Amino acid sequence: MNKSQLITVLAKTEDLTIRSAEDIVNTFFKEVEKSLLNDDRVEIRGLGSFKIKQYDGYDGRNPKTGKKIKVKSKKLPFFKVGKELKERVDKL
Amino acid sequence: MALTKEKIIDSVYNQAGLSKNQSRRVVESLLETMKKSLSKGESLLISGFGKFIVKDKAARKGRNPQTRKDLNLRARRVIVFRTSGVLRRKINHKD
Repeated sequence: MNKSQLITVLAKTEDLTIRSAEDIVNTFFKEVEKSLLNDDRVEIRGLGSFKIKQYDGYDGRNPKTGKKIKVKSKKLPFFKVGKELKERVDKL
Repeated sequence: MALTKEKIIDSVYNQAGLSKNQSRRVVESLLETMKKSLSKGESLLISGFGKFIVKDKAARKGRNPQTRKDLNLRARRVIVFRTSGVLRRKINHKD
């Protein structure tokens, strides 16, 4: 499922116009993004939580050429699945 | 402070011209739609944000690191999140 399908389903189930369903879906992901850009945690019961992890830089190698390279430190969001969703996905 | 569902409901309330109760309902409905899709084994792709991928993990032998006992881990189905390049760049170019 992609974002536009998500919007369509939400519009149908909640009897909203596509336009306002789109605004709501965008608001949702924008809020999560804003929070992550501030290095803040996001915690959504039933779905899961996001937090920013800091990865240190290290000396690496290009596996193809064997050349040494410096890998810079970076930040990446990390998603931990919530209990409810974890169990639902794993059910056959 | 961590972002919670309640704060997301507030932002929807402030923007969408819905009542507080309607906003709550719509956010819950959105979450349920996402969870339903994932529960069916279907991945969820949000362009510019990332994708939630449903992965089937094979059964494997493991070990309890504390007791060192061998144990069998059954095949599982899990969700992994992969951040989109767009968001990744935003997060790293800020500082």
